[in-house]
Amino acid sequence: MNRLLKHNTTLIKFWCLQGNARLLNSKIPPIPVVKLTDENNLPPQTKINQETIELLERLSLVDFANKRGIERLEDAIKFADLIRGIDTSGVEPMISVLEDRTLYLRDDIVTEGNCRKEVMSNAAVTEEEYFVAPQGNIPLIPRDSLLNDNKSSKQK
Amino acid sequence: MLSLSIRQISRKLKDGALLPSDVCAACLYQAEKLKTLNMFVRLTKEVAEIQAKEADSRYKNGNIRCLLDGIPVAVKDNYCTLNVETTCSSQMLENFKPQYNATMVQKLQNAGAVLLGKCNMDEFAMGSGTVDSIHGPSKNIWQSGKCATSIEHVHSVKVKCREFYQLSPPSSKGSCSTVEEDDWFIAGGSSGGSAVAVASGTVFAALGSDTGGSTRNPAAYCGVVGLKPSYGLLSRHGLIPLVNSMDVPGILTRTVDDAVTLLNVLAGYDPLDSTTIRDDFIPLDLSQDIDISKMRIGIPQEYHCPGISDEVLETWSEVADILEKAGAEVVSVSMPHTPSSIACYSVLNQCEVASNMARYDGIEFGLRTAENRSTEELYASTRSQGFNEIVRGRILAGNYFLLQRNYSQYFVQALKVRRLIAQDFARVWSSGIDVLLTPTTLTDAPRYSQFISRDNREQCASQDYCTQPANMAGCPAVTIPIKLSKQGLPLSLQLMSQNYRENLLLAIARWIESVVDFPHLELDI
Repeated sequence: MNRLLKHNTTLIKFWCLQGNARLLNSKIPPIPVVKLTDENNLPPQTKINQETIELLERLSLVDFANKRGIERLEDAIKFADLIRGIDTSGVEPMISVLEDRTLYLRDDIVTEGNCRKEVMSNAAVTEEEYFVAPQGNIPLIPRDSLLNDNKSSKQK
Repeated sequence: MLSLSIRQISRKLKDGALLPSDVCAACLYQAEKLKTLNMFVRLTKEVAEIQAKEADSRYKNGNIRCLLDGIPVAVKDNYCTLNVETTCSSQMLENFKPQYNATMVQKLQNAGAVLLGKCNMDEFAMGSGTVDSIHGPSKNIWQSGKCATSIEHVHSVKVKCREFYQLSPPSSKGSCSTVEEDDWFIAGGSSGGSAVAVASGTVFAALGSDTGGSTRNPAAYCGVVGLKPSYGLLSRHGLIPLVNSMDVPGILTRTVDDAVTLLNVLAGYDPLDSTTIRDDFIPLDLSQDIDISKMRIGIPQEYHCPGISDEVLETWSEVADILEKAGAEVVSVSMPHTPSSIACYSVLNQCEVASNMARYDGIEFGLRTAENRSTEELYASTRSQGFNEIVRGRILAGNYFLLQRNYSQYFVQALKVRRLIAQDFARVWSSGIDVLLTPTTLTDAPRYSQFISRDNREQCASQDYCTQPANMAGCPAVTIPIKLSKQGLPLSLQLMSQNYRENLLLAIARWIESVVDFPHLELDI
């Protein structure tokens, strides 16, 4: 940041000297204003291990498909790490912008019904009045680790 | 006829110069002619023709419902439409036929609007280019070789105005150079289909949705007005959710007045959405011109960020100059948490996505694969096949941030940063700023080849920089087209105001709109 500040004057001069650059409105900063992220303040980059992969696939019920999928998660974590250094001590989490308003409950009155046919019309498999699912509580079949795999290996 | 505003066409309908079914036929013809832009996922021709006929008889009998009666509109494909497929551009919902209308769709219908079709989008609204859709990408109409711009007209009519306000002349002559077949300018996203439909004169207004800028981004790239209303003003019932705490229905029109017409029809409490506010909605009335010299306009410093193009910067500066010249007080303000907004959003988005997408399991609706070994295997195989890699990636990342060991350092931390961002806005409003003026996007529309060279997360990180913070704070924001870039593409700016102050926001937007006189496309050819 200090280095950037030192260069400020030079940059402003450069900006003004540019032939076709119009003079900006004085309220708009002549150079980008950003808080530079201090790389040293960032947590070390997260590497995902096999155990986490299996846990996430079980929770998410989607698979990583290939090694690129794992890298994509690692990138997402790296990006999210940018907020971990922000000082939020004493700050309450904000869940909704309507937090200062009353959330009303509806009266406990039936307003619609008799729509079983409509509700079930989008199900691929039904039996009389039931949705149909295969047998439950059977763990997913384990598959080969993707960590050492370089080609996209879609399971099944 | 197709380049008229809702007000203008409505007058012609009232005068009897045109019938709603004539307008509908012209729009359907336009949709057919511009098919290659891929703005529609599905045209609802039969529905439209019936609705137009009904409007015909209302006009003949003189019981017109409102300005929107008989006007062709379109909605993004994430709004539920009764018995009309609603795909969210995903294989998961390819055959999904809702058995009810979203409140927004119902309100349009009650107003007499004619539903022309469902618009293309990024899968489950996760994107900023309308390039990640099972229906293929949408293309921007600007520089598509499909129509000419009326720059000459602007020169002759508004030259005095331009001289007075020193708005630099349009840099392009609006030439019609066709972009190569396999490379073109993106429409922006995720409501890209809606923006192209409005820009191309195929409809007079369209609904998008806006969670991080999904209405404003394509509106900016396509040179139309894009309004993200305050959170809680418009019902989300029947809008397939992305991030519940930030999603709002978005309005796309060609003029600010038309956006007001739509807002007045759509806003208000809905018993079917507990997050709509109960205050009585007072319809906006912009018939009185505002006194711009009484306005305080804030320029947030942090919106000048790396990657912003010189042309966008210049446009921003010119409009600030225009406002200053007209006597408004233009003030520089600081909103220090702006740069954290995108990273914070990435956490909140993926966490809510992980939760919201849990409903897609193949049992009650949507795709179901043939897998029959167990419920778990059926779920996993359906979801792996039904979602594209971006959706799957966000679900996995969301569940990672929600793991017990990560919950407080990522999810709760993001909620706290969200408050800091919202507080930046609160501070600005309490200091007496009426509206904030910022860029909408960092550049004009990128080429397809350039856009897809980066992955989805990087795309969204740069595309949503200026638009995302408004969703964090829930405040209303509108993008309006200002001028054309050297490449002949729209350059737009964004205005934001305090929550529920749409009246002031749109009054100032309309004032700017009338001064800059953005060149509109010649649509009837």
